[in-house]
Amino acid sequence: MKLTLKIWRQKNASDKGAFVTYPIDGISTDMSFLEMMDVLNEELAIKGEDPVHFDHDCREGICGMCSLYINGHPHGPQQTTTCQLHMRSFSDGETITIEPWRAAAFPVVKDLVVDRGSFDRIIQAGGYVNVNTGGVPDANEIPIPKRVADEAFDSATCIGCGACVAACKNASAMLFTSAKISQLAMLPQGQVERMSRAEKMVAQMDDEGFGACTNTGACEAECPKGISLTNIARMNREYFSASVKSENV
Amino acid sequence: MSWVTKTLSSTIGRKLIMALTGLFLILFLTGHVAGNLQLLKSDGGEAFNIYAKFMTTNPAVKLLSYLTYISIIGHVIFSIWLSKTNRAARPVGYGVSTPPSTTISSRNMGILGTIILIFIVVHMQSFWYQMHWGDIPFVTYDGVEYKDLYSIVVFAFQNVWMVIGYVVAMAFLAFHLSHGFASAFQTLGLNHAKYSPAIALIGKIYCIVVPILFASMPVYIYFTQS
Repeated sequence: MKLTLKIWRQKNASDKGAFVTYPIDGISTDMSFLEMMDVLNEELAIKGEDPVHFDHDCREGICGMCSLYINGHPHGPQQTTTCQLHMRSFSDGETITIEPWRAAAFPVVKDLVVDRGSFDRIIQAGGYVNVNTGGVPDANEIPIPKRVADEAFDSATCIGCGACVAACKNASAMLFTSAKISQLAMLPQGQVERMSRAEKMVAQMDDEGFGACTNTGACEAECPKGISLTNIARMNREYFSASVKSENV
Repeated sequence: MSWVTKTLSSTIGRKLIMALTGLFLILFLTGHVAGNLQLLKSDGGEAFNIYAKFMTTNPAVKLLSYLTYISIIGHVIFSIWLSKTNRAARPVGYGVSTPPSTTISSRNMGILGTIILIFIVVHMQSFWYQMHWGDIPFVTYDGVEYKDLYSIVVFAFQNVWMVIGYVVAMAFLAFHLSHGFASAFQTLGLNHAKYSPAIALIGKIYCIVVPILFASMPVYIYFTQS
Protein backbone atom coordinates (compact mmCIF):
# COMPACT_ATOMS: atom_id res chain seq x y z
CA MET A 1 0.00 0.00 0.00
CA LYS A 2 1.02 3.55 -0.72
CA LEU A 3 -0.26 6.12 1.72
CA THR A 4 0.02 9.79 2.58
CA LEU A 5 0.25 10.46 6.31
CA LYS A 6 -0.69 13.85 7.73
CA ILE A 7 0.70 13.75 11.24
CA TRP A 8 0.54 16.30 14.04
CA ARG A 9 4.09 17.21 15.06
CA GLN A 10 4.71 19.20 18.22
CA LYS A 11 8.13 19.50 19.87
CA ASN A 12 6.86 19.93 23.43
CA ALA A 13 3.92 21.15 25.50
CA SER A 14 4.64 24.81 24.81
CA ASP A 15 5.29 24.40 21.06
CA LYS A 16 2.44 25.45 18.78
CA GLY A 17 2.65 22.36 16.59
CA ALA A 18 1.54 21.74 13.01
CA PHE A 19 0.65 18.97 10.58
CA VAL A 20 3.54 17.44 8.62
CA THR A 21 2.90 15.28 5.56
CA TYR A 22 4.85 12.05 5.06
CA PRO A 23 4.48 9.80 2.02
CA ILE A 24 4.92 6.11 2.85
CA ASP A 25 5.16 3.08 0.59
CA GLY A 26 5.35 -0.69 0.89
CA ILE A 27 2.79 -1.04 3.68
CA SER A 28 1.18 -4.46 3.95
CA THR A 29 -2.56 -4.68 4.57
CA ASP A 30 -1.78 -7.21 7.32
CA MET A 31 0.24 -4.69 9.32
CA SER A 32 -1.29 -3.17 12.38
CA PHE A 33 -1.59 0.60 12.43
CA LEU A 34 1.21 0.87 14.96
CA GLU A 35 3.48 -1.34 12.84
CA MET A 36 2.88 1.08 9.99
CA MET A 37 3.94 3.88 12.37
CA ASP A 38 7.05 1.83 13.25
CA VAL A 39 7.94 1.60 9.55
CA LEU A 40 7.57 5.35 9.22
CA ASN A 41 9.75 5.94 12.28
CA GLU A 42 12.48 3.62 10.98
CA GLU A 43 12.54 5.63 7.76
CA LEU A 44 12.70 8.87 9.71
CA ALA A 45 15.49 7.52 11.92
CA ILE A 46 17.54 6.48 8.88
CA LYS A 47 17.10 9.98 7.45
CA GLY A 48 18.26 11.39 10.78
CA GLU A 49 14.91 12.99 11.52
CA ASP A 50 13.09 12.95 14.86
CA PRO A 51 10.72 9.94 14.89
CA VAL A 52 7.02 10.51 15.53
CA HIS A 53 6.27 9.99 19.21
CA PHE A 54 3.14 8.04 20.06
CA ASP A 55 1.89 6.05 23.04
CA HIS A 56 1.71 2.26 22.93
CA ASP A 57 2.42 -0.64 25.24
CA CYS A 58 0.82 -4.09 25.15
CA ARG A 59 -0.35 -3.96 21.51
CA GLU A 60 -2.98 -6.53 22.49
CA GLY A 61 -5.90 -4.14 23.02
CA ILE A 62 -5.99 -4.50 26.78
CA CYS A 63 -3.71 -1.88 28.32
CA GLY A 64 -5.34 1.35 27.14
CA MET A 65 -2.03 3.00 26.34
CA CYS A 66 -2.40 3.56 22.60
CA SER A 67 -4.38 6.54 21.44
CA LEU A 68 -4.31 8.46 18.11
CA TYR A 69 -7.20 10.33 16.54
CA ILE A 70 -7.24 8.84 13.05
CA ASN A 71 -9.27 10.40 10.22
CA GLY A 72 -11.70 12.00 12.64
CA HIS A 73 -12.16 8.99 14.91
CA PRO A 74 -10.39 8.02 18.12
CA HIS A 75 -8.61 4.71 17.41
CA GLY A 76 -9.56 5.07 13.74
CA PRO A 77 -12.49 3.80 11.71
CA GLN A 78 -13.02 0.51 13.59
CA GLN A 79 -14.46 0.26 17.09
CA THR A 80 -11.24 -1.09 18.55
CA THR A 81 -7.95 0.15 19.94
CA THR A 82 -5.37 1.61 17.55
CA CYS A 83 -3.05 -1.36 18.15
CA GLN A 84 -5.80 -3.74 16.99
CA LEU A 85 -6.54 -1.63 13.91
CA HIS A 86 -5.09 -3.07 10.71
CA MET A 87 -4.08 -1.39 7.50
CA ARG A 88 -6.72 -3.39 5.60
CA SER A 89 -9.20 -0.89 7.09
CA PHE A 90 -7.68 1.70 4.75
CA SER A 91 -7.50 1.84 0.99
CA ASP A 92 -4.41 2.17 -1.17
CA GLY A 93 -3.51 5.78 -1.88
CA GLU A 94 -5.53 7.10 1.04
CA THR A 95 -4.50 10.17 3.04
CA ILE A 96 -4.58 9.39 6.76
CA THR A 97 -4.70 12.25 9.24
CA ILE A 98 -3.29 11.39 12.66
CA GLU A 99 -3.81 13.72 15.63
CA PRO A 100 -3.41 13.51 19.38
CA TRP A 101 -6.43 13.35 21.74
CA ARG A 102 -7.66 16.93 22.12
CA ALA A 103 -8.71 18.00 25.60
CA ALA A 104 -7.58 20.62 28.11
CA ALA A 105 -7.23 17.80 30.64
CA PHE A 106 -5.02 15.81 28.20
CA PRO A 107 -2.18 18.22 27.42
CA VAL A 108 0.08 17.25 24.51
CA VAL A 109 3.50 16.13 25.75
CA LYS A 110 5.10 15.62 22.33
CA ASP A 111 3.70 14.89 18.87
CA LEU A 112 0.86 12.39 19.43
CA VAL A 113 1.60 11.71 23.10
CA VAL A 114 -0.80 13.26 25.59
CA ASP A 115 -0.64 13.25 29.38
CA ARG A 116 -3.59 11.23 30.66
CA GLY A 117 -2.59 11.70 34.29
CA SER A 118 -5.97 13.35 34.87
CA PHE A 119 -7.55 9.88 34.58
CA ASP A 120 -5.12 8.55 37.20
CA ARG A 121 -6.07 11.36 39.56
CA ILE A 122 -9.79 10.58 39.11
CA ILE A 123 -9.05 6.95 40.05
CA GLN A 124 -6.92 8.07 43.01
CA ALA A 125 -9.82 10.22 44.24
CA GLY A 126 -12.07 7.23 44.83
CA GLY A 127 -11.60 4.30 42.48
CA TYR A 128 -10.53 1.86 45.17
CA VAL A 129 -11.96 -0.44 47.86
CA ASN A 130 -10.75 -1.00 51.40
CA VAL A 131 -10.15 -4.65 52.26
CA ASN A 132 -8.99 -6.40 55.41
CA THR A 133 -5.49 -7.75 55.26
CA GLY A 134 -4.86 -11.34 56.30
CA GLY A 135 -5.23 -14.69 54.64
CA VAL A 136 -6.47 -15.07 51.11
CA PRO A 137 -10.30 -15.19 51.26
CA ASP A 138 -12.09 -18.19 49.81
CA ALA A 139 -13.36 -17.79 46.28
CA ASN A 140 -17.06 -16.96 46.01
CA GLU A 141 -17.25 -16.24 49.72
CA ILE A 142 -19.46 -13.24 49.01
CA PRO A 143 -22.48 -14.29 46.93
CA ILE A 144 -22.94 -12.01 43.92
CA PRO A 145 -25.72 -12.67 41.40
CA LYS A 146 -24.34 -13.60 37.98
CA ARG A 147 -26.18 -10.74 36.29
CA VAL A 148 -24.67 -8.20 38.68
CA ALA A 149 -21.20 -9.68 38.33
CA ASP A 150 -21.50 -9.56 34.54
CA GLU A 151 -22.71 -5.98 34.57
CA ALA A 152 -19.93 -4.87 36.91
CA PHE A 153 -17.44 -6.66 34.70
CA ASP A 154 -18.82 -4.91 31.60
CA SER A 155 -18.06 -1.59 33.29
CA ALA A 156 -14.69 -2.85 34.47
CA THR A 157 -13.59 -3.62 30.91
CA CYS A 158 -12.90 0.12 30.49
CA ILE A 159 -9.17 0.37 29.80
CA GLY A 160 -8.99 4.11 30.45
CA CYS A 161 -7.62 4.97 27.01
CA GLY A 162 -9.51 8.27 26.80
CA ALA A 163 -11.23 7.65 23.46
CA CYS A 164 -14.50 8.78 25.08
CA VAL A 165 -12.96 12.15 25.92
CA ALA A 166 -11.42 12.40 22.46
CA ALA A 167 -14.73 11.62 20.76
CA CYS A 168 -16.93 13.84 22.93
CA LYS A 169 -17.68 17.29 21.53
CA ASN A 170 -17.33 18.59 25.10
CA ALA A 171 -14.19 16.55 25.92
CA SER A 172 -16.20 15.04 28.77
CA ALA A 173 -14.79 12.20 30.86
CA MET A 174 -18.17 11.01 32.04
CA LEU A 175 -18.10 7.64 30.30
CA PHE A 176 -14.74 6.81 31.87
CA THR A 177 -15.62 8.12 35.34
CA SER A 178 -19.04 6.48 35.27
CA ALA A 179 -17.57 3.10 34.31
CA LYS A 180 -15.07 3.33 37.16
CA ILE A 181 -17.77 4.36 39.66
CA SER A 182 -20.15 1.67 38.35
CA GLN A 183 -17.78 -1.29 38.51
CA LEU A 184 -17.40 -0.79 42.27
CA ALA A 185 -20.87 0.56 43.12
CA MET A 186 -22.52 -2.63 41.86
CA LEU A 187 -20.42 -5.02 43.93
CA PRO A 188 -20.68 -5.72 47.67
CA GLN A 189 -16.96 -4.97 48.08
CA GLY A 190 -17.54 -1.44 46.85
CA GLN A 191 -20.24 -0.45 49.33
CA VAL A 192 -18.02 0.98 52.08
CA GLU A 193 -16.83 3.95 50.01
CA ARG A 194 -19.85 4.03 47.73
CA MET A 195 -21.05 7.54 48.56
CA SER A 196 -17.68 9.22 49.07
CA ARG A 197 -16.44 7.58 45.85
CA ALA A 198 -19.16 9.15 43.71
CA GLU A 199 -18.65 12.55 45.31
CA LYS A 200 -14.85 12.56 45.15
CA MET A 201 -14.46 11.12 41.64
CA VAL A 202 -17.00 13.54 40.15
CA ALA A 203 -15.35 16.47 41.97
CA GLN A 204 -11.93 15.39 40.66
CA MET A 205 -13.32 14.97 37.14
CA ASP A 206 -14.61 18.56 37.26
CA ASP A 207 -11.35 19.86 38.75
CA GLU A 208 -9.38 18.34 35.88
CA GLY A 209 -11.27 20.51 33.42
CA PHE A 210 -13.29 17.92 31.52
CA GLY A 211 -16.56 19.07 29.96
CA ALA A 212 -20.12 18.02 30.76
CA CYS A 213 -22.29 15.42 29.05
CA THR A 214 -24.77 16.29 26.29
CA ASN A 215 -25.91 12.66 25.93
CA THR A 216 -24.95 12.61 22.25
CA GLY A 217 -23.62 9.06 22.59
CA ALA A 218 -20.40 9.74 20.64
CA CYS A 219 -18.34 8.20 23.47
CA GLU A 220 -20.31 4.97 23.44
CA ALA A 221 -20.05 4.77 19.65
CA GLU A 222 -16.26 5.17 19.71
CA CYS A 223 -15.37 3.24 22.89
CA PRO A 224 -13.14 0.29 21.93
CA LYS A 225 -14.59 -1.68 24.86
CA GLY A 226 -18.25 -0.87 24.19
CA ILE A 227 -18.85 0.83 27.54
CA SER A 228 -22.50 1.87 27.52
CA LEU A 229 -24.26 5.13 28.39
CA THR A 230 -26.18 3.31 31.13
CA ASN A 231 -23.01 3.84 33.17
CA ILE A 232 -23.44 7.62 32.95
CA ALA A 233 -27.05 7.37 34.13
CA ARG A 234 -25.84 5.18 37.00
CA MET A 235 -23.11 7.66 37.90
CA ASN A 236 -25.69 10.46 37.98
CA ARG A 237 -27.90 8.38 40.31
CA GLU A 238 -24.90 7.57 42.51
CA TYR A 239 -23.86 11.21 42.59
CA PHE A 240 -27.32 12.59 43.35
CA SER A 241 -28.02 10.06 46.08
CA ALA A 242 -24.54 10.56 47.58
CA SER A 243 -25.07 14.33 47.60
CA VAL A 244 -28.40 13.97 49.37
CA LYS A 245 -27.48 11.19 51.80
CA SER A 246 -23.81 11.65 52.68
CA GLU A 247 -22.76 13.44 55.85
CA ASN A 248 -20.46 15.80 53.95
CA VAL A 249 -22.12 19.17 54.55
CA MET B 1 -19.89 26.38 49.47
CA SER B 2 -22.73 24.45 50.99
CA TRP B 3 -23.41 20.94 49.75
CA VAL B 4 -26.39 22.19 47.75
CA THR B 5 -24.44 24.79 45.75
CA LYS B 6 -21.51 22.39 45.46
CA THR B 7 -23.75 19.70 43.97
CA LEU B 8 -25.62 22.05 41.67
CA SER B 9 -22.47 23.73 40.38
CA SER B 10 -20.80 20.42 39.47
CA THR B 11 -21.11 19.41 35.82
CA ILE B 12 -23.64 16.72 36.76
CA GLY B 13 -25.56 19.10 39.04
CA ARG B 14 -25.79 21.69 36.30
CA LYS B 15 -27.08 19.00 33.97
CA LEU B 16 -29.68 18.17 36.65
CA ILE B 17 -30.92 21.77 36.49
CA MET B 18 -31.03 21.53 32.68
CA ALA B 19 -33.05 18.30 32.89
CA LEU B 20 -35.51 19.50 35.54
CA THR B 21 -36.16 22.88 33.91
CA GLY B 22 -36.38 21.18 30.52
CA LEU B 23 -38.92 18.65 31.74
CA PHE B 24 -40.96 21.41 33.40
CA LEU B 25 -40.94 23.33 30.11
CA ILE B 26 -42.13 20.16 28.35
CA LEU B 27 -45.04 20.04 30.83
CA PHE B 28 -45.68 23.72 30.12
CA LEU B 29 -45.67 23.09 26.36
CA THR B 30 -48.22 20.31 26.83
CA GLY B 31 -50.58 22.62 28.69
CA HIS B 32 -49.90 25.50 26.32
CA VAL B 33 -50.69 23.47 23.21
CA ALA B 34 -53.79 21.91 24.75
CA GLY B 35 -55.21 25.28 25.83
CA ASN B 36 -54.38 27.05 22.59
CA LEU B 37 -56.12 24.38 20.53
CA GLN B 38 -59.19 26.45 21.37
CA LEU B 39 -57.94 28.84 18.67
CA LEU B 40 -59.10 26.23 16.18
CA LYS B 41 -62.72 26.43 17.43
CA SER B 42 -64.97 28.37 15.10
CA ASP B 43 -66.68 30.44 17.80
CA GLY B 44 -65.17 33.82 17.01
CA GLY B 45 -62.61 33.35 19.74
CA GLU B 46 -65.02 33.16 22.69
CA ALA B 47 -63.57 30.01 24.28
CA PHE B 48 -60.02 31.27 23.70
CA ASN B 49 -60.65 34.70 25.24
CA ILE B 50 -62.33 33.20 28.32
CA TYR B 51 -59.38 30.81 28.63
CA ALA B 52 -56.89 33.68 28.21
CA LYS B 53 -58.55 35.60 31.05
CA PHE B 54 -58.45 32.52 33.27
CA MET B 55 -54.78 31.98 32.47
CA THR B 56 -53.85 35.56 33.39
CA THR B 57 -55.94 35.90 36.55
CA ASN B 58 -56.09 32.50 38.27
CA PRO B 59 -53.60 32.48 41.20
CA ALA B 60 -52.57 28.82 40.68
CA VAL B 61 -51.85 29.53 37.03
CA LYS B 62 -49.90 32.63 38.12
CA LEU B 63 -47.68 30.46 40.30
CA LEU B 64 -47.14 28.05 37.41
CA SER B 65 -46.33 30.94 35.08
CA TYR B 66 -43.63 32.19 37.47
CA LEU B 67 -42.20 28.67 37.56
CA THR B 68 -42.20 28.71 33.77
CA TYR B 69 -40.32 32.04 33.63
CA ILE B 70 -37.79 30.74 36.16
CA SER B 71 -37.41 27.51 34.16
CA ILE B 72 -36.76 29.36 30.91
CA ILE B 73 -34.24 31.71 32.53
CA GLY B 74 -32.60 28.85 34.48
CA HIS B 75 -32.42 26.64 31.39
CA VAL B 76 -30.71 29.47 29.46
CA ILE B 77 -28.28 30.50 32.21
CA PHE B 78 -27.19 26.95 33.01
CA SER B 79 -26.81 26.10 29.32
CA ILE B 80 -24.50 29.10 28.88
CA TRP B 81 -22.52 28.06 31.96
CA LEU B 82 -22.23 24.47 30.72
CA SER B 83 -21.30 25.59 27.22
CA LYS B 84 -18.49 27.74 28.62
CA THR B 85 -17.14 24.76 30.58
CA ASN B 86 -17.51 22.50 27.56
CA ARG B 87 -15.71 24.91 25.25
CA ALA B 88 -12.87 25.36 27.73
CA ALA B 89 -12.49 21.58 27.92
CA ARG B 90 -11.20 21.50 24.32
CA PRO B 91 -9.17 24.65 23.63
CA VAL B 92 -7.48 23.15 20.54
CA GLY B 93 -9.81 21.44 18.09
CA TYR B 94 -9.19 18.65 15.59
CA GLY B 95 -7.97 19.13 12.06
CA VAL B 96 -10.34 16.42 10.82
CA SER B 97 -13.51 15.65 12.68
CA THR B 98 -15.97 13.24 11.20
CA PRO B 99 -19.18 13.43 13.18
CA PRO B 100 -19.75 9.98 14.63
CA SER B 101 -23.09 8.22 14.66
CA THR B 102 -24.79 10.89 16.76
CA THR B 103 -27.84 12.95 15.84
CA ILE B 104 -27.58 16.47 14.43
CA SER B 105 -29.94 17.64 17.20
CA SER B 106 -27.79 16.28 19.99
CA ARG B 107 -24.70 18.04 18.63
CA ASN B 108 -26.47 21.38 18.15
CA MET B 109 -28.71 21.77 21.19
CA GLY B 110 -27.19 25.19 21.95
CA ILE B 111 -27.86 26.60 18.48
CA LEU B 112 -31.39 25.15 18.43
CA GLY B 113 -32.01 26.54 21.91
CA THR B 114 -30.77 30.00 20.92
CA ILE B 115 -33.16 30.12 17.96
CA ILE B 116 -36.01 28.99 20.23
CA LEU B 117 -35.07 31.69 22.76
CA ILE B 118 -35.24 34.37 20.05
CA PHE B 119 -38.63 32.96 19.06
CA ILE B 120 -39.83 33.09 22.69
CA VAL B 121 -38.85 36.77 22.97
CA VAL B 122 -40.70 37.68 19.75
CA HIS B 123 -43.65 35.45 20.72
CA MET B 124 -44.00 36.98 24.19
CA GLN B 125 -43.74 40.49 22.80
CA SER B 126 -46.50 39.69 20.29
CA PHE B 127 -49.04 38.18 22.67
CA TRP B 128 -47.97 37.94 26.32
CA TYR B 129 -46.92 41.61 26.50
CA GLN B 130 -50.03 42.72 24.58
CA MET B 131 -52.30 40.73 26.91
CA HIS B 132 -50.77 42.23 30.04
CA TRP B 133 -49.91 45.80 29.11
CA GLY B 134 -50.85 46.33 25.47
CA ASP B 135 -53.68 48.36 23.99
CA ILE B 136 -56.15 45.57 23.47
CA PRO B 137 -59.86 45.67 22.45
CA PHE B 138 -62.55 44.27 24.73
CA VAL B 139 -65.42 41.89 24.00
CA THR B 140 -68.40 40.98 26.16
CA TYR B 141 -69.75 37.45 26.60
CA ASP B 142 -72.84 37.05 28.83
CA GLY B 143 -72.36 40.51 30.31
CA VAL B 144 -68.73 39.90 31.33
CA GLU B 145 -65.90 41.90 29.71
CA TYR B 146 -62.93 40.04 28.29
CA LYS B 147 -59.76 41.21 26.58
CA ASP B 148 -60.03 40.18 22.93
CA LEU B 149 -56.66 38.44 22.63
CA TYR B 150 -58.15 36.35 19.84
CA SER B 151 -58.35 39.40 17.56
CA ILE B 152 -54.68 40.15 18.26
CA VAL B 153 -53.76 36.57 17.36
CA VAL B 154 -55.84 36.63 14.17
CA PHE B 155 -54.35 39.98 13.17
CA ALA B 156 -50.79 38.74 13.77
CA PHE B 157 -51.29 35.66 11.62
CA GLN B 158 -52.60 37.62 8.65
CA ASN B 159 -48.93 38.32 8.01
CA VAL B 160 -47.54 35.45 5.97
CA TRP B 161 -43.99 36.05 7.26
CA MET B 162 -45.20 35.73 10.82
CA VAL B 163 -46.83 32.38 9.90
CA ILE B 164 -43.67 31.16 8.18
CA GLY B 165 -41.57 32.31 11.14
CA TYR B 166 -43.76 30.37 13.53
CA VAL B 167 -43.70 27.20 11.46
CA VAL B 168 -39.91 27.36 11.12
CA ALA B 169 -39.50 28.03 14.85
CA MET B 170 -41.63 24.97 15.60
CA ALA B 171 -39.37 22.88 13.36
CA PHE B 172 -36.41 23.97 15.47
CA LEU B 173 -38.41 23.18 18.61
CA ALA B 174 -39.08 19.70 17.23
CA PHE B 175 -35.37 19.05 16.76
CA HIS B 176 -34.55 20.46 20.20
CA LEU B 177 -37.18 18.21 21.80
CA SER B 178 -36.16 15.17 19.76
CA HIS B 179 -32.94 15.08 21.77
CA GLY B 180 -33.98 16.93 24.90
CA PHE B 181 -36.92 14.76 25.92
CA ALA B 182 -35.10 11.44 26.33
CA SER B 183 -31.82 13.16 27.27
CA ALA B 184 -33.43 14.73 30.35
CA PHE B 185 -34.38 11.30 31.68
CA GLN B 186 -30.88 9.96 31.03
CA THR B 187 -29.41 12.90 32.98
CA LEU B 188 -31.77 12.21 35.88
CA GLY B 189 -30.29 8.71 35.91
CA LEU B 190 -33.47 7.11 34.62
CA ASN B 191 -31.94 4.60 32.25
CA HIS B 192 -33.63 1.25 32.54
CA ALA B 193 -34.10 -1.67 30.21
CA LYS B 194 -37.86 -1.62 30.87
CA TYR B 195 -38.61 2.09 30.68
CA SER B 196 -35.97 3.72 28.47
CA PRO B 197 -37.39 2.39 25.19
CA ALA B 198 -40.83 3.71 26.22
CA ILE B 199 -39.36 7.11 27.15
CA ALA B 200 -37.53 7.25 23.81
CA LEU B 201 -40.72 6.38 21.93
CA ILE B 202 -42.84 8.93 23.82
CA GLY B 203 -40.12 11.51 23.18
CA LYS B 204 -40.16 10.80 19.44
CA ILE B 205 -43.96 11.08 19.30
CA TYR B 206 -43.99 14.19 21.49
CA CYS B 207 -41.36 16.04 19.46
CA ILE B 208 -43.40 15.53 16.30
CA VAL B 209 -46.99 15.92 17.52
CA VAL B 210 -46.65 18.98 19.77
CA PRO B 211 -44.71 21.21 17.32
CA ILE B 212 -47.09 20.20 14.50
CA LEU B 213 -50.10 21.14 16.63
CA PHE B 214 -48.48 24.47 17.49
CA ALA B 215 -47.58 25.14 13.85
CA SER B 216 -51.07 24.23 12.71
CA MET B 217 -52.55 27.20 14.63
CA PRO B 218 -51.01 30.10 12.64
CA VAL B 219 -51.46 28.12 9.40
CA TYR B 220 -55.14 27.45 10.15
CA ILE B 221 -55.80 31.06 11.11
CA TYR B 222 -53.99 32.37 8.03
CA PHE B 223 -56.07 30.27 5.67
CA THR B 224 -59.45 30.59 7.41
CA GLN B 225 -59.46 34.18 8.69
CA SER B 226 -58.05 36.17 5.78
